Amino acid sequence: MSNDPIHQFHINKIVPLEVGGLDLSFTNSSLFMVATVAATTGFLMLATSGRGMVPTKLQSIAELAYEFVAGMLRDAAGSHGLKFFPLVFSLFMFILVGNLFGMFPYFFTITSHLIVTAALALLVFGTVLAVGFMRHGLGFLKLFVPSGVPGWLLPLVVAIEVISFLSRPLSHSVRLFANMLAGHITLKVFTGFVVSLSSLGVLGIAGAVLPLALAVGLTALEFLVAFLQAYVFAMLTCMYINDALHPGGH
Amino acid sequence: MPDQTNEREGADKPGTDERLGRLSEALDQAREKSAPTKSQRTSSVRGYGQAMRLSSEFIAGILVGAALGWAVDQLLGISPWGLIVFLILGFAAGVLNLLRAAKMVDDPAVRLDKKPPQG
Repeated sequence: MSNDPIHQFHINKIVPLEVGGLDLSFTNSSLFMVATVAATTGFLMLATSGRGMVPTKLQSIAELAYEFVAGMLRDAAGSHGLKFFPLVFSLFMFILVGNLFGMFPYFFTITSHLIVTAALALLVFGTVLAVGFMRHGLGFLKLFVPSGVPGWLLPLVVAIEVISFLSRPLSHSVRLFANMLAGHITLKVFTGFVVSLSSLGVLGIAGAVLPLALAVGLTALEFLVAFLQAYVFAMLTCMYINDALHPGGH
Repeated sequence: MPDQTNEREGADKPGTDERLGRLSEALDQAREKSAPTKSQRTSSVRGYGQAMRLSSEFIAGILVGAALGWAVDQLLGISPWGLIVFLILGFAAGVLNLLRAAKMVDDPAVRLDKKPPQG
């Protein structure tokens, strides 16, 4: 089934490995994660190796990425938030490069698997909890108690706020995963139409023009989504970090 | 309805015009305030991103509510009351997420930071 739109998401073991009953095989997903990290690190090392006052083209791309993430973090969490710059920048670059790698034909899209995005979202969630409780102790729980709420409403409001807080990692991870999954399936389905229609003869080839045009448009859209989802993920991370730093507002 | 138009034409008491003027001023101000968010949504890609974000926020709230309710049922053996109560709470949390994502309700941190609105 070469036209199976789900086939591209299959995980294949490259180096089977089992430790104590746990399947720790090196898969195609692991391979592309390593490739993403290697490409990001390599690019940034290369781009910043010159450190010229007048940046080269590569260096200005790296500076642009730095300024972009730093500005986003400063806007959302203030200058205190810049302590978390390494976390946000790593997440942003990892997701962006991972998404863009997924745009190459025959490449595996790491962010199209819920387990990967869930791990990233839980990392952010855990960081927010740890930083919040470390900096404010039990004062962090003020996050769930809005001011100016009458006492008899408070249990209800707190319950709703807690559920809203717990739903964050879910929406955080599902959004990225669903976007990438849906985009790649749509692309595959439309390009599959092109192939199956064009095998039907002259009329089929004429009919295949429409899905081909759509596929070209979708590819452009997918590039945008790849960037946009990395941006949204990093942006929400900044907002959550802001909650951890200022649960009661300062 | 003819009755209404008659009433409106008949209502030329002093002060009506003034009140209408004040109302349109207030409306203009409110429109100005909401204008930037509207222009942000003009791009279709942004709109798509926004739609994905809003729907996932809403669904996440309900799912977490349902999961908590189910867990409470299992722990306390009061099925199905935990599920019922927490689904409703989850729905409320989903709406809260939604309004927060749409910037219609402030984030908790921002909200506490703000002074109560004047007037």
